Formats: sequence, C-alpha cells, structure tokens
Amino acid sequence: MGFVGGQDMSDLITMDDLTNEEILEILDAADRLLPVAKGDVYAPLLQGRVLGNLFFENSTRTRMSFESAMKRLGGEVLNLSSVGSSVAKGETLYDTMQMVDGYSDIAVIRHPRQGAAQYSADAVEIPVLNAGDGAGNHPTQTMLDLFTIRQAHGTLEGLNVVLVGDLRYGRTTHSLSHALVRFGAKLTLVSPESLTMPTEIVGDLQAHGADVTESEDLAGAIPDADVIYMTRIQKERFPDEDEYTKVAGIYKMTAEDLAGAKGGMIVMHPLPRVDEIDPSVDSTKHARYFQQAFNGVPTRMALLCRSLGVDVPAEVGE
Amino acid sequence: MSEMRRVTAICNGTVVDHIPAGKALQVMQMLRVDVGRSNPISLVMNVPSGKVGRKDVLKIEDRELTQVELDRLALIAPHASVAIIRNYSVAEKREIELGEELVNIARCSFWNCITQNSREPLPHKLRVFGEDPLDVRCAYCGRAQSVDELAESIL
Repeated sequence: MGFVGGQDMSDLITMDDLTNEEILEILDAADRLLPVAKGDVYAPLLQGRVLGNLFFENSTRTRMSFESAMKRLGGEVLNLSSVGSSVAKGETLYDTMQMVDGYSDIAVIRHPRQGAAQYSADAVEIPVLNAGDGAGNHPTQTMLDLFTIRQAHGTLEGLNVVLVGDLRYGRTTHSLSHALVRFGAKLTLVSPESLTMPTEIVGDLQAHGADVTESEDLAGAIPDADVIYMTRIQKERFPDEDEYTKVAGIYKMTAEDLAGAKGGMIVMHPLPRVDEIDPSVDSTKHARYFQQAFNGVPTRMALLCRSLGVDVPAEVGE
Repeated sequence: MSEMRRVTAICNGTVVDHIPAGKALQVMQMLRVDVGRSNPISLVMNVPSGKVGRKDVLKIEDRELTQVELDRLALIAPHASVAIIRNYSVAEKREIELGEELVNIARCSFWNCITQNSREPLPHKLRVFGEDPLDVRCAYCGRAQSVDELAESIL
C-alpha cells in the first residue's frame, strides 16, 4: 500500500509488512494455537528460544500477553524496561539493541518515540516486532483485533467498522484502519475535530479506494455498525494539557446507547478504558474487549512462530 | 535582453538554471550556500523562460557543487538544469535525480521521531513515495515531510 515498513520478512513494524494472505495465514495459525493459549494443551514449539521483551513505555496487556505467549510455547523471556536499566543513564536505543541482539533470538519493542521499532530493526540481525512506537503503529494489536473481528463475524470482508475517540494520536486505530481497508471495510471515523485521523493516513486510505467517512457523531454511527472500536483519549500523547482537557470524556457509551445496534455488532477497545465505555456495556452481548485482550496470546504466539521460522502444525499438541 | 545577461558570466563555478520561479532562495538554503560562504553568488528571480514560463537562476562562483549536494535540489527543483563552468565554458552538465531513498540529506522534522536524539548513530533516511506532488516520508517514523520542513532540516 505504500506505507513505510521494514525490509526484513521476519520483522513486523507496520501492517504493510504483511500481505492479506499472510494475515489470514497468521490468523489461522492463531486459531490452531487457541488451546495452547488457554493452557489446555502444552506445545513447546519455541523451546530453547529467548524473547527480549523491551518496554520503554508502560504496558499491561501487550507485555504480559507476549510473555504468556512465549512461555506457553516453551520459550524464555528477558524483560527490560527503561526504569533501572542503562536507558535511564542515557544509553542510545542503538546500543541497547546491540546488547539485545546478543542476548535473545527475537525482540519485542515498545517505545515512546515514533519510528523506534524500524530503527531497532535496522540496528540488529534478530527479528523485531513493533509493540507500539509513540503515536505510530501497533501491528500486533491490529492482528489480535482482526482475529477478534473474524472470530465474531466469520470474515474480515466488507464490514462496517466505526473507529471512535483519539484517532490522531491513537496508534491502534492507525494500524487497524490500514488493515481493514485492505479487506474492503467501510470506515466511519468518529472523533472531536482536534483528534481527527492524520490527513496523510486518511489520504492513504482513500488513495487505495477506501470508503471513509469522518464524523463527530457516535450515536448516528451505531445502527449500521458491525464493529465499534472505542479508544481512550490518551493524556500522555498530548503536547499541551489544555488541549487534553477540552476533549477528555467526550464519548461515553452506555448499554442504553446500543439499543438500536445490530444483533451481531461487537464493541471493542484496546484497553485500558477510562470512562468511554460504561461498565453497563460489559454484560451486553456486544461487549468483546476482554475476549479481545485474551486474543493477544494466541495471535502473538502465531506471530512469534512466524518471525522465528517455526511452523504451527495443523494439529497443535499432537 | 536575455535573462542570462542579467548577471555576468562566471569564470568557474556552478550554474543552476530553470529553478521554479521564486524558489531560488529555498534552493540556496537547501544547498547550504546561503551562510558562511565567501564565494560570490548571483541570483536572478522571475525571469521569462521559453521552457517554463518564468524561472530563477543561481550562479555560484568558484565552487563546483557535488552530486550529493545537487541531489538535494531534486526535492524542490527536480527539473532544474545544472552546469559546471570552467574557464567561462560549460565543462559538465549534471543530472538531478530524486532517488527512492535520501540518506543523510535531511533529518525528519517530526518532534517525536527516534532520530531527534542526535546521539543515535544510524543514518537519517527519507523515502520518496511520489515526485509530483512531492511525497517524502521518514523511513523510520513514516511522517510526511513538507518542502519547507525539508529545507529547514537539511544536514
């Protein structure tokens, strides 16, 4: 699609590194790995392999699900965070990555600077998976999002998807929108004016024939939606706190708001949520965000296997 | 009066002709010939041109611009013509080419790009996605760069 991406087949920096066929193959592998992710079956496909889990920025789900994925597959995990490491002493990312290159077989990196994952991939020989770079990309989140959507709807083709909230700084929606249009999704982008999707991304989506509508009205988008993807307004991404205050809490979804939704519509959220999804939604048939968070494990298992060149057998654990 | 006679011919140096009208100052900025140089520089702007309507022309005396310097030109004047002058004659004509990747030509202008840390040692890389209109993005963070931003961040 012409987006910036890595050159090494084993890296995953943006969704542009994967063809549609590869995406579907990875989702199929993740399906087969579900019993392993749940702990029902033990399949040491990555025994003897070491994952460098590098988080220069806070994370709960991404870090834990990568660690769970590696350990459930029999591998080992080295964790590094910027607090208490040489990074806090001013070490460059390049130098840190040289060390990781020697200590592990694959690296997962989350970093507050945009472009850090591609930079890391250029700096080392081992495969690098981008677990979020500033407001840039978060392709492994996109893969688990696609897994969740396909699980609910049986397909990725031609769905009406509504992306809501911080579309300017929200890296999950940047990666997801790129991927969805490749499968013919109709996108409705709902955000306050100050948090609209960056124009170069909307331009890219439209240049590739995407049906994209921008709006500030969430209620109007609910009846036709197959997927509503809520996001948090991310205080930490705002250069100016006043700008944050103006838009904080602008979208709040309750169970009542979903009365006119399609029966099969699912509500997703990359989590953590603040107040954009009321707990009343949790008990509706539409809520899918906790399942989505779990889906990070099988999806990241499949991605680790792919980058390490390990085939996921048709019958895992047999 | 021919536009080339608006300034005197130079003995040795570089002539950059057919610069889009009004862009010569930006070209000087791109070529880093606007500061700290003692070479005489002649500049004509908005002169009639049979080829492009109106154009700017830049003559830099006693300095032969390198191919790397000239490649920067492609960002704002991809159709400019460049002649190296020796002893009042055109000794060489140089081609301007905008490649697919610009390495250590300009830094990414995005405030939160990983390359903003000046101690990071890997080269600054920009990728060219389109020439008309110009679509140049950082190879690391993917941010699109405007011509003005590129002119400000030439290395």
